[in-house]
Amino acid sequence: MNITFAVTLTTLAFAAVLAFIRVVRGPTLPDRVIAIDLMGVLMVCLLVVAGASTGEQAFLDVAIVIALISFVGTVAYARYVEREHS
Amino acid sequence: MTDWLSGILFILGAALALLAGVGVLRMPDVFTRMQASTKASTLGLGCLLVGLAIQHPEGSFVVRAASIAAFMMLTSAVAAHVIARAAALGGAPLWQGTLIDERPSETPARDDVSDQ
Repeated sequence: MNITFAVTLTTLAFAAVLAFIRVVRGPTLPDRVIAIDLMGVLMVCLLVVAGASTGEQAFLDVAIVIALISFVGTVAYARYVEREHS
Repeated sequence: MTDWLSGILFILGAALALLAGVGVLRMPDVFTRMQASTKASTLGLGCLLVGLAIQHPEGSFVVRAASIAAFMMLTSAVAAHVIARAAALGGAPLWQGTLIDERPSETPARDDVSDQ
């Protein structure tokens, strides 16, 4: 089971690295917003796996809070992009 | 048995998240990248949460997992719609092979995306 958690956490971290490359390279602002949103989702995934491997419920509470804040941040970014073009 | 099942679900969720990362990096324009990234928030996180609920079948874990799943299913659709609307109104360039562009014609369309 420890190997499973190690593989899962490594894969999720690698996916976050790929999303970060898109944040750096992204030609337009919506590309970067999408990649940052994906990084927030991957952080929630990492916290869920961490909570499963340690059996600590506080990780899941943190995951709920990060999911909430990530949604609000994405909507705020989208409003900003829209206003920039109008 | 439950260890095997939850382990398989964890690996599956991580693989879907990795696919979303590869898709966001490799897809040619904003809208295709978005459809790749929303897979991670629904299917990948869903697999991880089901694995968590199978591994820890106590009430407090299951309630938290179900609330995270319900919240992400609700908000990822709204967030993807809002970003797509902003990108479309801002005249984001489409991939060269796009067949239908239903946006008003004053926005620049079908520009070649330089960064693939």
